[in-house]
Amino acid sequence: MANLTPELEAERKKICQIAKDAGLDCFETIFELITYDQINQFAAFGGFPVRYPHWKFGMEYEHLSKSYEYGLSKIYEMVINTDPCYAYLMEGNMMMDQKLVMAHVYGHCDFFKNNVWFGKTNRKMMDQMANHATRIRRYIDRYGLDRVEEFIDTCLSLENLIDRYSPYQEKSTKVEPVVADENRNVEPGMLRVNRPYMRDFINPPEFVKEQKKKREEQEMLKRSKFPAEPEKDVLTFLLNYAPLEDWQQDILSIIRDEAYYFSPQGMTKTMNEGWASYWHSKLMTEKILQDSEIIDFADHHSGTMAMAPNGYNPYKVGIELFRDIEDRWNKGQFGREWDECDDVKERKHWDKKLGLGRQKIFEVRKFYNDVTFIDEFLTEDFCIRNKLFVYKFNKRTNKFEVDTRDFKAIKAKLLFHMTNFGQPIIRIEDANFENRGELLLTHLHEGIDLQPDFMNETLKNVQKIWSRPVNLVTAMEGEGFLYRYDGKELQAHKIQPLPQQKP
Amino acid sequence: MSIKEDHSRFRDIVKGKVKENFKKYVSQGEMIGKREDEFVKIPLPSIDIPNFRYGAKQQGGVGQGEGQQGDDVGDPGQGQGAAGDKPGEHLVEVELSLDELAEILGEKLQLPRIEPKGNKNIDTVKTKYNGLAPVGPEGLRQFKNTYKQALKRMISSGYYDPVDPKIIPIRRDFRYKTFKKIIQPQTKAVVIYMMDVSGSMGDEQKEIVRLESFWINTWLKKHYKGLETRFIIHDAAAKEVDENTFFRTSESGGTLISSAYKLAQQIIETDYPPNEWNIYPFHFSDGDNWSGEDTRLCIKLIREFFIPNTNAFCYGQVESKYGSGQFLKDLQKEFPESDQVLLSQIENRDKILDSIKDFLGKGK
Repeated sequence: MANLTPELEAERKKICQIAKDAGLDCFETIFELITYDQINQFAAFGGFPVRYPHWKFGMEYEHLSKSYEYGLSKIYEMVINTDPCYAYLMEGNMMMDQKLVMAHVYGHCDFFKNNVWFGKTNRKMMDQMANHATRIRRYIDRYGLDRVEEFIDTCLSLENLIDRYSPYQEKSTKVEPVVADENRNVEPGMLRVNRPYMRDFINPPEFVKEQKKKREEQEMLKRSKFPAEPEKDVLTFLLNYAPLEDWQQDILSIIRDEAYYFSPQGMTKTMNEGWASYWHSKLMTEKILQDSEIIDFADHHSGTMAMAPNGYNPYKVGIELFRDIEDRWNKGQFGREWDECDDVKERKHWDKKLGLGRQKIFEVRKFYNDVTFIDEFLTEDFCIRNKLFVYKFNKRTNKFEVDTRDFKAIKAKLLFHMTNFGQPIIRIEDANFENRGELLLTHLHEGIDLQPDFMNETLKNVQKIWSRPVNLVTAMEGEGFLYRYDGKELQAHKIQPLPQQKP
Repeated sequence: MSIKEDHSRFRDIVKGKVKENFKKYVSQGEMIGKREDEFVKIPLPSIDIPNFRYGAKQQGGVGQGEGQQGDDVGDPGQGQGAAGDKPGEHLVEVELSLDELAEILGEKLQLPRIEPKGNKNIDTVKTKYNGLAPVGPEGLRQFKNTYKQALKRMISSGYYDPVDPKIIPIRRDFRYKTFKKIIQPQTKAVVIYMMDVSGSMGDEQKEIVRLESFWINTWLKKHYKGLETRFIIHDAAAKEVDENTFFRTSESGGTLISSAYKLAQQIIETDYPPNEWNIYPFHFSDGDNWSGEDTRLCIKLIREFFIPNTNAFCYGQVESKYGSGQFLKDLQKEFPESDQVLLSQIENRDKILDSIKDFLGKGK
């Protein structure tokens, strides 16, 4: 399949072996040499050669090819998480760039294969995507482009309403184990009785009756409530319960499947790029580069690692964190002793010569995702060394300004952006709101309001699918609001108290 | 290729040919990143599918670098800080020179080349060393060509020995650089920007003027080396300011447009003799003037001073909530279809390109 030139193929073999020797464990990786136009096309399709027909890919393509043609940007590498892995090289790039990309890609492949968050990923997604495309084309033939496209637009508008952790939860059909323990036989709601003869005094009959009634009421409420627990996976819920035609249901399921396919890549963006950059840098400088290529490599590498004052560069934070972890574990800078040491001098020269670094980073790449990665390994020293800060918008000057270099604030801000990709968390609270079959969504407000114009339009799209009126509870500028759209008009009602904060 | 279908579908939506109800989601991408020697962004329309998302301004993010609390970090744009869910790909930004940008602009708007006006050109004589001659001063001897001549001669005469390749030039082989005189017309140009800064001109209006003046400068700079710019602001009285002040000042009070025109006249008369300079006065306002009396004075100035002395007099009217827009109508009535007085109405940012075409499309 691969169409590499003999020179590239020779390099590929060499780099593949070097990567393997370094301990990387990749799927078979197929490199293809393609033109800039093809690479733009594939990139617009999210890396895949075939996607369902939709203008959003056309838009992406226009942006990519325009900015390439005007010399504003170009794509160096693209890799798809499938088995075998597919990666693309662009025709006409320098040999050094091609080598760098290959080394980088092997880093990604190793990550895709070994990180547990990719454990549930469909590795035959290439076929699946093509299959989706065929199905949607068939619907277009049958129902017309406008109708199908409009429905896809509606679905895409709700694309981010998925529960990113749901693939990793075993959907248990909960059977509560019945514990028959005579001595500690405490019914829920009753007070504990150690001595049986005291039972009627501690739990007098009227109390028992009252508790029972209370419990039944709660049960009733729970049963009448649907879904029983608030549901984060809005897409799946709509798929199961919204009154959709068969073809619509199929399209919604396609959009959902693709959203879930891309989700782990978002959950591990920083780690994944950091890991790949760590390895391309290591392999290139230690094994692959020729002396004459060093300058070009340094130029390309530093361009990739540059961090703007107003932007978060996952490559940079990722690679630095991995290096930091390796260094700390090599020197034994972890554990209680290290944490409790507050002698600056001692900390500076702390080196127990444990040499656990390499082992540790491989472990990290296996079990962590961005949230746990930052939570556990971002340290105050790291933030100072890398000059990180939090910026925010200043209403008075109408500018984004440096806010603080406080470690806790930086960490909180990073974690906030990574949890759910910095997307608001919206749940289905009640699918039979007010006993009228209306949908009630709640936004777990985390101190940031939803963007109002987008919220209105999205709410209308939810209504299109649910077909009964839909409601959304959120807060705007410190006040609680319930927005209701019934298919004709959007109403806003002030409510008290404020909607619940993040638990 | 199926991407072409998707692409043409996208173009159709952007142009409003299909899916009329989608127009509200279409946004015109940024045109300028930063000014002067800078990163520049090309206009890119895009369609945002609405979803539940956070308002960007409350959000903030994490950045890296030097800086004290309160330092400006620049606009992070949409969706920064949030981790994306794209597959592994990365983009590198490269600079685009202003000349290339002007080229793109010219192509896009099909702007004609500017013909410098009349005999305002001062010829300068330049010498260029690009010829060869068999005689000349030793300092200008050109080794490479001398060697070539000697080699040629030795090979053709059979003295050349590949085993012992010694080349000995003789007098006849020597070549010297010579110069040619080139007469280059040197054109000088000045742009005088005038802007109404009375209370009715808001930030958005000024931003439009800023964007438009940037593109005008870019285009004119391509044609005139050493383009000069002067800036005049006015409300009821006019004063000359530097560029920075020009775009930042906000005054209140009445509007006497003639005050600016008089000041421009004064500047031209003292600094830019019209027989040596190409002169471009640009005036931007929201179209309100204090009185009909003053408007008549303005028209008189345009007719009697600007038309004979400048390449073209340009007036751009920026739509604002408060302006009546009367001034444009008055000028239209006075100078219909004039090649010397170019008028343009700029309703919003999207109309900037059209307006540039209004001004520069005549090739004046």
